[in-house]
Amino acid sequence: MSAKRTAAIVLRQLYLFRGSPARIFPLFAWVAIDIVLWGFITRYLNSFTSSRYNFVPALLGAVLLWDFFTRVMQGVTMAFFEDVWSRNFLNVFATPLLISEYLTGLILSSIWTSTIGLIVMLVLAQGFFGLSFLGYGLFLLPFLFLLFLCGIALGIFASASVLRMGPAAEWLVWPIPAMLSPFAGVFYPLSILPPWMQWIGRVLPPSYVFEGIRTIIAGRPVPRFDLLMGTSLALLYLALSCWFFSRVYHHVVRTGLIARYSAETLS
Amino acid sequence: MHDVLTVTNLRKLYGDTIAVDAISFSVQLGEIVGLVGPNGAGKTTTINTILGVLQPTSGTILIDGVDLSKHRSRALQCTNFEAVYAPLPGNLTVVQNLRIFAMLYNVKNISTRIEELLQQFELDRFRNTKCGVLSSGEQTRVSLAKAMLNSPKLLLLDEPTASLDPAIAQEIRAKLRDFSSAGSGGVLWTSHNMHEVAEVCDRVLFLSHGKILLEGNPKRLPREHGKNSLEELFLTVAREPLTLEGH
Repeated sequence: MSAKRTAAIVLRQLYLFRGSPARIFPLFAWVAIDIVLWGFITRYLNSFTSSRYNFVPALLGAVLLWDFFTRVMQGVTMAFFEDVWSRNFLNVFATPLLISEYLTGLILSSIWTSTIGLIVMLVLAQGFFGLSFLGYGLFLLPFLFLLFLCGIALGIFASASVLRMGPAAEWLVWPIPAMLSPFAGVFYPLSILPPWMQWIGRVLPPSYVFEGIRTIIAGRPVPRFDLLMGTSLALLYLALSCWFFSRVYHHVVRTGLIARYSAETLS
Repeated sequence: MHDVLTVTNLRKLYGDTIAVDAISFSVQLGEIVGLVGPNGAGKTTTINTILGVLQPTSGTILIDGVDLSKHRSRALQCTNFEAVYAPLPGNLTVVQNLRIFAMLYNVKNISTRIEELLQQFELDRFRNTKCGVLSSGEQTRVSLAKAMLNSPKLLLLDEPTASLDPAIAQEIRAKLRDFSSAGSGGVLWTSHNMHEVAEVCDRVLFLSHGKILLEGNPKRLPREHGKNSLEELFLTVAREPLTLEGH
């Protein structure tokens, strides 16, 4: 692996962001809107429910974590889409760049874009609605890491899908987090779902994060088994998504699709 | 002189369609080889397989002695290309594009190399201009500068002067001629401009229906086949390839 080639992918993203308010604005705008909206909803719910239950950590915290997961995924896909939009595959993949270097570059790009979103969300949630993640203790970090791994895995899977199906498949990628959220138990425990949905939820790493966070909020011990299960699944999906991307890449090189990418198919 | 490119029995099938049919050729250090033929003859397919963005059905490609299928990254390290259908990202400036591709090709002393190329291709005044707003001729010069970043052993050019005015095209041909005569690299050049091929290339390969029909010196080849010019020979290849098969 060459650090210089990986850095080139990250530098490309930095250059693009440096000169483009249209790219910078979405890094924090949508997550800020989500936090403000859900902040007021939780405040409203708190105003007429039992004083023993605080919706702020349960709902607003869940929104914040889910938005972080979504931003991580989009950090990867957005960096990938830059090559789609600028029809740059031929230039990039005719260089000595390895797939592992390309994917690492996408992941590093996602780290800083998603971190900006996370910081904005934490500042707003703490400053305006009193949500303190410090209250969760150090166990918040492994949960965030788990969501990060899962977002990266989903981002790579989504990028591979677009590489395989062509530029129009970009529109299939955006709704993926929304499609997963009912199964991941972001706002409710998995136990209220019908059994078939629970089964799907149990194979989604984020569901272990949200179950775990609710357990901590309820004052029970940190669910180490959930954390272990979720992390194991996330690592498995990350490995599978990298394998899938590599397979798709070799397919598009074998068929010639990468050189005629805008055609979407060779038929 | 050693071969910087050795292609042996290269074959590419798309389903039942034969795009490239067991062709073999080589490019030596310091040599410019023209790859010419009518549209659909298999020129771009051949270039794409050498660039590693299209997997051949069979055959081997050695770049500076390195097997592309086994050591892709190492083989592509000493290759670069310019193609009219692969412009650099228009949303980055000239210098930004050159810096990123210099990093991708592991170029040393990147800033110095970029400055040299900006001067060489008269791009200095466009250094901070986004590539998307340059004229097609200027974009071609940026792509050629990109193609020279790593001082490639093998330079692949797919119609490099197609969008240039005659004066700039002449300068570019001279620069590429200088590059090859310096003996640091070989060039595989596709073009539909037969005058250009005759002027620049040391050797020419005529490709038709995926096969190499003719090979030789572009100045002598027409007479050897009873034609007055390379253009006339090209028209024969394009219209009546069967009359030349077996030569």
